[in-house]
Amino acid sequence: MSKTIDAATHSGGSAVMSSDAAAWRDRKRYAWMLGLLVPTIPFGAWGLFALTGSSLCWWYGPVLIFVIFPFIDTAAGLDGSNPPDSLLEALEDDKYYRRITYLFLPIQYAALVWACWMWTRGDLSIVDKVGLAFTVAMVAGIAIAVAHELGHKKPKLERWLAKIALAQTFYGHFFIEHNRGHHVRVSTPEDPASARLGESFWAFLPRTVFGSLSSAWRLESARFERLGTSRWSLKNDLINAWLMTVALYVILAGAFGVAVLPYLLIQTVVGFCMLEVVNYIEHYGLLRQKKDGGRYERCVPEHSWNSNNQWSNVFLYHLQRHSDHHTNPTRRYQALLHVDEAPQLPSGYATMMVLAMMPPVWSRIMDRRLLQHYGGDVTRANISPRRRDKITRKYGPGTAAAAAAKAAGRRTLPWGGGVAA
Amino acid sequence: MSRYRCPVCDYVYDETAGEPREGFPPGTAFADVPDDWNCPDCGVRDKVDFEEITDGG
Repeated sequence: MSKTIDAATHSGGSAVMSSDAAAWRDRKRYAWMLGLLVPTIPFGAWGLFALTGSSLCWWYGPVLIFVIFPFIDTAAGLDGSNPPDSLLEALEDDKYYRRITYLFLPIQYAALVWACWMWTRGDLSIVDKVGLAFTVAMVAGIAIAVAHELGHKKPKLERWLAKIALAQTFYGHFFIEHNRGHHVRVSTPEDPASARLGESFWAFLPRTVFGSLSSAWRLESARFERLGTSRWSLKNDLINAWLMTVALYVILAGAFGVAVLPYLLIQTVVGFCMLEVVNYIEHYGLLRQKKDGGRYERCVPEHSWNSNNQWSNVFLYHLQRHSDHHTNPTRRYQALLHVDEAPQLPSGYATMMVLAMMPPVWSRIMDRRLLQHYGGDVTRANISPRRRDKITRKYGPGTAAAAAAKAAGRRTLPWGGGVAA
Repeated sequence: MSRYRCPVCDYVYDETAGEPREGFPPGTAFADVPDDWNCPDCGVRDKVDFEEITDGG
């Protein structure tokens, strides 16, 4: 029996509730369905092409995500409101929310199949086809966010759906590496998916892609060593996830011809780069300190960048409430909380993704913010070893930047909780 | 046979059942689980953080 988050269904219950809880309604409840528009983006491109006849429409996906979304995200403003604690459990148990994420998958794959048809049967130039591949990649990339939500959950069904969502981008290993690698080592130099101060996105990209892949392999290999059986098994979650991708590509190439393969490759690479640019943002420069005894301090809210930009939050399933996600990794998206102590990004992911791809702009905006987060003490940051000397000269003790960051302190940053006025 | 709970996500390691998927067959004592093993569900707590479940608790 599913529970709905409606004060009326709770008012007669045995729990003593504050008037806040009785009056609370989830304002985002229906907004979460907007996320289902993402996998329809390729069809949107088709519609626009039919309306206008302009072949530029095949590039609709990246234009929407990287140009239009940052403007909407900024205009839509912030929402830092949290549900009352007493309703969190019921909110998580409400199956409505998880069903929205399940529905993403059939639309995602309908779009992919349709794109294969267009790549081989449609009357498109090569440039148009590449544009369509980039448009499909936007779906593939955001599908990794859906897989991320599903892959953290305990029910087997959701873990399988996560693998299926990842099949499109050949990123099945993400499900292993993210949960058992990234979450364990987040914001330490050992984590390939935590970006370092002074490290550009373009330097981070190969480090995270190949580092995460080899870490996933090590994690699964360690599991099979404990099992005492060969890792070369269908039970190996990397092997069965990758085979799912191989089967998908073989079926698509068989149905539509091998001509689909270069476009599948483009959407795969661009799709997982979308995920990696989000990874770059989430922990940039943040560092957990080592305690006596060599263990790292626990991951706490100050080790993730957050944003309350509500447009990005709705399309990425509250991924920007990243501190709470790292504190409670199995918590469902609708119940993730804004945390006051968390460092806040100057804008939502929609905008920050674009800035991350422009390293000079990124470091100009984020390095100073990171330095303020650490009260002017750059030695507390996760610094790129290759840039350590340069970073120390620029931000180290005694520099004007360090003094300014110390003087400015946290109060100049928009930390505040609650809905922005 | 004892049971141990992850304080973050309530995952329970039950010595009777073990955790065969992780390579710990039924009957594996928690003491025999490697110290660097972390919670298979949330990943953010290690073996040493687990709390023993006492009867009725």
